[in-house]
Amino acid sequence: MTIECLPTTLEETADFLARHEEKDLLRFITCGSVDDGKSTLIGRLLLETGAIYDDQVMALRRDSAKHGTTGDEIDPALLMDGLEDERQQGITIDVAYRYFQTPARKFIIADSPGHEQYTRNMATAASTAQAAIILMDARKGMLPQTRRHSFIASLLGVKTLILAVNKMDLVDYSHSVFERLQQEYRAFAAQLEVRDLHAIPLSGLRGDNATRKSERMLWYKGPTLLEILETVPVGRDVDIEAFRFPVQRVSRPDSQFRGYSGTIASGTVRVGDRVVVLPSRQQSRVQSIVTFEDQMDSASAGMAITLTLEDEIDISRGDLITHVGQEAQVDQAFEATLVWMSSQTMVPGKSYWLKIGARHVAAEIERISYRIDVHTLNRVETASLKMNDIGVGRFMLHAPAPFDPYRVNRRTGSFILVDRISHETVAAGMIMDSQADRPPGEHWNVELRSSRLQFTPSRISAAARRVRYGHPATTILLTGLSGSGKTTLAFALEEWLFATGHAVTVIDGQNLRHSISRDLGFSSEERSENLRRAAEICRMFNDAGLVSIAAFVAPDEATREKVRRVIGAENLIHIHLSAPIEVCRSRDASGRYEAADRGEIANFPGITAPYANPTDADLVIPSDKFTVDQSLAMIKQHLAIRLNNDTYERSSRRR
Amino acid sequence: MSTLTERKMSQPVGPQRMTHLRQLEAESIHIMREVAESFENPVLLYSIGKDSSVMLHLARKAFFPEKPPFPLLHIDSTWEFREMIAFRDEFVLRKLGLELIVHINEEGVQAGINPFDYTSKVYTDIMRTQALKQALDKYRFDAALGGGRRDEERSRAKERIFSFRDRHHRWDPKNQRPELWDVYNTWVHRGESIRVFPLSNWTELDIWQYILLEEIPLVPLYFAADRPIVERNGDWIMVDDERMRLLPGETPVMRRVRFRTLGCYPVTGAIASEADSVLGIVHELLTTRASERQGRAIDRDEEAAMERKKREGYF
Ligand SMILES: Nc1nc2c(ncn2[C@@H]2O[C@H](COP(=O)(O)OP(=O)(O)O)[C@@H](O)[C@H]2O)c(=O)[nH]1
Repeated sequence: MTIECLPTTLEETADFLARHEEKDLLRFITCGSVDDGKSTLIGRLLLETGAIYDDQVMALRRDSAKHGTTGDEIDPALLMDGLEDERQQGITIDVAYRYFQTPARKFIIADSPGHEQYTRNMATAASTAQAAIILMDARKGMLPQTRRHSFIASLLGVKTLILAVNKMDLVDYSHSVFERLQQEYRAFAAQLEVRDLHAIPLSGLRGDNATRKSERMLWYKGPTLLEILETVPVGRDVDIEAFRFPVQRVSRPDSQFRGYSGTIASGTVRVGDRVVVLPSRQQSRVQSIVTFEDQMDSASAGMAITLTLEDEIDISRGDLITHVGQEAQVDQAFEATLVWMSSQTMVPGKSYWLKIGARHVAAEIERISYRIDVHTLNRVETASLKMNDIGVGRFMLHAPAPFDPYRVNRRTGSFILVDRISHETVAAGMIMDSQADRPPGEHWNVELRSSRLQFTPSRISAAARRVRYGHPATTILLTGLSGSGKTTLAFALEEWLFATGHAVTVIDGQNLRHSISRDLGFSSEERSENLRRAAEICRMFNDAGLVSIAAFVAPDEATREKVRRVIGAENLIHIHLSAPIEVCRSRDASGRYEAADRGEIANFPGITAPYANPTDADLVIPSDKFTVDQSLAMIKQHLAIRLNNDTYERSSRRR
Repeated sequence: MSTLTERKMSQPVGPQRMTHLRQLEAESIHIMREVAESFENPVLLYSIGKDSSVMLHLARKAFFPEKPPFPLLHIDSTWEFREMIAFRDEFVLRKLGLELIVHINEEGVQAGINPFDYTSKVYTDIMRTQALKQALDKYRFDAALGGGRRDEERSRAKERIFSFRDRHHRWDPKNQRPELWDVYNTWVHRGESIRVFPLSNWTELDIWQYILLEEIPLVPLYFAADRPIVERNGDWIMVDDERMRLLPGETPVMRRVRFRTLGCYPVTGAIASEADSVLGIVHELLTTRASERQGRAIDRDEEAAMERKKREGYF
């Protein structure tokens, strides 16, 4: 039962209030493209949880008869229509808030309906949300917008995503359609930082699985949408338990009292705790925690309190109080992800106001490292950002400020950027983890981090491994354009080698992106980094005595040379698949070529990046003329010589 | 109910957990402190109603042990219920000893503007909207805290918490500042100002529950009592003083009524009620299920009224 029973007596009202008082609060957003059925779904949630007053329901009935699409029934979408009027008046519609409650909790929906300003509006709505409903039309499946919405939600730190496959009524409530869509979505969402992912089939219009369990999808055993919303964990805006108290105000009513007021951003503080004030690093102890009602022994995240300290130290608005030993970072520079929100384009080097917590500081954006294409999630090189762009840049502050990475603390890791003259909020920023979030660049020739790092060689020789496995450890490198048949051949080859007694594995570039290279995008640096990791892994397998089969595009000689250096020329068999680009394109079922034509995939070798055929391959296979079996036969022939008659000894390796 | 128990078991109820009401309270306090610190000359708009009473209570909490570091401003239309003025003077001035500015549009008074001879549109504009602008200009307030809530009305659903107004107090809906997290843009140039709504995320039920929980004193008009009433265009109007012009055939009748919102008595409708306590009011609220603005005559004047009024500077 999710709908509140209305009290009939005063006693029942008192009970109702006692229960109501205990409720917690979930803020969530709803994302969908036009006509996905978002208004209908929100309207239904509000109606069926009793959030709409009787006089409003009456007005709605009148409107439904006039404009609705549901005949005599109430069209829940009309509840949201305030926004439609505004659109006609030319008013910017950004975020609208709605409120409802159930016996379990209270809800705030932030809904950003716009189209043009979508990124900006959605980022605004998502900034305070703990969950996001991603609407998908069951007939249309994944759209570019689906990716965009999910990405922005995860970027802003929304921990729970709920995929709502809507309009199930139009696909005959088909289990298989739902399964296919949710699997596709889950595969995509694996790239995002989502803690908690739910998928639910529903019909907002017919009411299936919104607040009531559908009779028409008995194959779905999960909770209704409302039940999911009622059980999403709340209070996880911060991942750290470390105490963070941004000083908002210094209170000095008289010479006796000196208090520091603010809202605890994370953690718990107790009277007597040893604390440090950042950035000055002065230390003291908590003397008392003052509130209007009484003094408290301890206070936790979310509470608006006033602290007094044992020592008279100089503290001002904008300082951050933390526990000793659990300080936040203090720095004058950081990398941050920016959502650009102004029609004035970002100017590198220009001085803006940066407001982080209660601290104002002048700051410049030194440079923009890249922009993220919200449709493809690709990183695109750029020097500046314009309205609705999302990018990563390096900031220089005019004075040091305390902060945490946004990923671990939404409150101490977020800031706004304000134009000094127009006072417009031009961007919202999320500070990156200086270690983990460093944009991967050229790592091929990176020096060791410390000269004292040791390398301990294994006591098992390569020769001993060779005897054990009965073959030398080699990397078979398949190169060629996308669609030339590398992956197909790699796995066919693996099968054959395995069947003939070889210890063998395939290192596939795409597969690595599911695991060790999950952090990488698709800029040329990141493609190169993915290749470097793949090459290092091939070499580790070789060191362990296995045969590695690697399928890489490896578009130019410089790249191939780097791979050769990592793996060692003596262990490498380079097989090139020479199918020309027209053939590869015609075979491409994944739509990558078309996407590259549209500019959605940047740096695509052969289309938007150069591709140079190798001249020194050990074997060239005309994969445009050969069948898979023919190609395989040719490779087998070559390998039979290299793998079985191999006589050269491997000298021990560098490192 | 099974979901409720499950959730409670999986989430230990420790010092971390804050109820929705305490979260709303903390959010409002945060906003008020931000206003006090970021502006040179802020003011709290005090209309004597229940939302204003909650605002005042939150302001007392936010700055404790200090008094709120800004004055209260009452825009007096001169047609308020007498009990409102009595409550204001007794509670705010005598009991709390706060700084209170009362502003009346004297031009309007001299021109004889009243709710009988003028439409509510003209009357409200002159005695409230223009009066507010006059006061903001006169005292050069750069931030005005108001009690508006987003659940009150459709067009308020998308209002900012910090809502920018230009030199002419105009709200430009096309040019609102984006508002992320709890980081508010408080920058203004001279003459510009910001209207701030700390109660944005509260619902009517939250307000009443908070009043009950915190025992916030209210004007007695909110509670049912026998009052002299005449019926006009379907509204029940209380005959509060001798200025009330009775139409031919109109005689006040004593009825047991209360008011859901307070303002100028000639244009504020009463409702029949037996609710003489906060609990009784909540009970009524939950069972009658009519939205709060029903009793406010000014809202029925025209569609999208609020939108227009906001652009003109009315809250
Ligand atoms: N005729 C023929 N088709 C092939 C051959 N190898 C792969 N294909 C097909 O070409 C398409 C692209 O293959 P895929 O392995 O995905 O290419 P990759 O991008 O290089 O990994 C698929 O439809 C394959 O079935 C081949 O040797 N001959």
